[in-house]
Amino acid sequence: MAILEVDRACKVFGSGEVRVTALDDVSLSVEPGEFVAIMGPSGSGKSTLLHLAGGLDQPTSGRVLLGGRDLASLNAASLAHVLRRQIGFVFQSFNLLGSLTAAENIALPLELDGVRPRKAMAAARSLLESIGLLAVADRFPGGLSGGEQQRVAIARAVIGGRSLLLADEPTGALDSLSGELVMTLLTQRCAAGCAVVLVTHDVRHAAWADRVVFLRDGRLADEVMPQAGPEGLLYPGRA
Amino acid sequence: MSVRHSLLAILDAGPMHGYGLKTEFEAATGDVWPLNVGQVYTTLGRLERDGLATSVADAEGQRTYAITEAGRAELRQWFGTPVSREVVPRQELAIKLVMAMRSGPEVVSEVVQRQRIATVRSLQEFTRMKATAEADGGLAWLLMLDAFVFQAESEARWLDLCEARLAARQAEPGHRTGSGDRATAGPVQPEPLPERSI
Repeated sequence: MAILEVDRACKVFGSGEVRVTALDDVSLSVEPGEFVAIMGPSGSGKSTLLHLAGGLDQPTSGRVLLGGRDLASLNAASLAHVLRRQIGFVFQSFNLLGSLTAAENIALPLELDGVRPRKAMAAARSLLESIGLLAVADRFPGGLSGGEQQRVAIARAVIGGRSLLLADEPTGALDSLSGELVMTLLTQRCAAGCAVVLVTHDVRHAAWADRVVFLRDGRLADEVMPQAGPEGLLYPGRA
Repeated sequence: MSVRHSLLAILDAGPMHGYGLKTEFEAATGDVWPLNVGQVYTTLGRLERDGLATSVADAEGQRTYAITEAGRAELRQWFGTPVSREVVPRQELAIKLVMAMRSGPEVVSEVVQRQRIATVRSLQEFTRMKATAEADGGLAWLLMLDAFVFQAESEARWLDLCEARLAARQAEPGHRTGSGDRATAGPVQPEPLPERSI
């Protein structure tokens, strides 16, 4: 079953003269462990789609299903619970709490879910170790590079076995190599079973995804899945 | 691609047979540019003629080549000189787009869209190959793949810009879409092309 299903979603802002259709009949299905990138020019509806997927906004028409449950059918309390347990967010700005260490930042969502601090910290350290960042566990965000901060932010977003990671331009503020490390981490989380939906302007980073979806004027314009093998790319005529 | 300088660069690490140079070059570049052995020996002959390399034959007549001081100076100069954009021959896509403009905006749009799908697909494959290269630890091949990735990225970004320019032009007041444009207004004037490798 798809972890995320956006079914014929429309989103209209304003009315009358100032009516803007941000999303127009868009459907998107994301399987567990799948990595999908969403690309498109500014104003094409990328972020709107991500907001609908994350329950931050509701579609004007159409449905958004998370793990088969229609988000519109949930009351406010269960919606908040489902979103917090299942979805992690990452943005261009890392949004780490400056007064907490890297490990404490990662442990925080677990503690908010009622996990005891000591157990939450152990889980945070174990996650940091699995992504090769245990060395920064006790450092404060101010002492980390941008790339390290973003990887800590991703760890915070996926801790506790969240099944869907929504990332809005997570590499926007990073240099090329740090951006690659972030993309590597996202790919690793997919291999561990977490679905990732990435909104990006950067086609180089979109190419890490299993599927690249292009939006234009609120509609799905193109969808690219890998087809040509490396032989066809590098050795045309020899494949 | 300069075979001549590449061979000097390999010889700079130590003397080698002609066939060894061929396999070393191909291994370093991930077999992307296969060299035929005749080309290698012709180039080595010229390097010797120009005093950039020397060779000695063993008892079986097999020659070992070595770089000379003049060869090292030539190599340093090659490393110190930026590659000219003029030697990048792949302008076919730009020419195709400019020609498509004569047939109307729908055709340009189609060319852009199809090319972008192909380019992104290439990028996905290069990215997968990079993951393997990273795991294998071969830095030279990884750098080559990075170069392919950035070339493909530049093409994709250029295509985005072409599309945005086309849309902006079509949105201008008084603009008439469709190839009927051509009959009244003459050929559509292409935007100046960016001076970059595509």
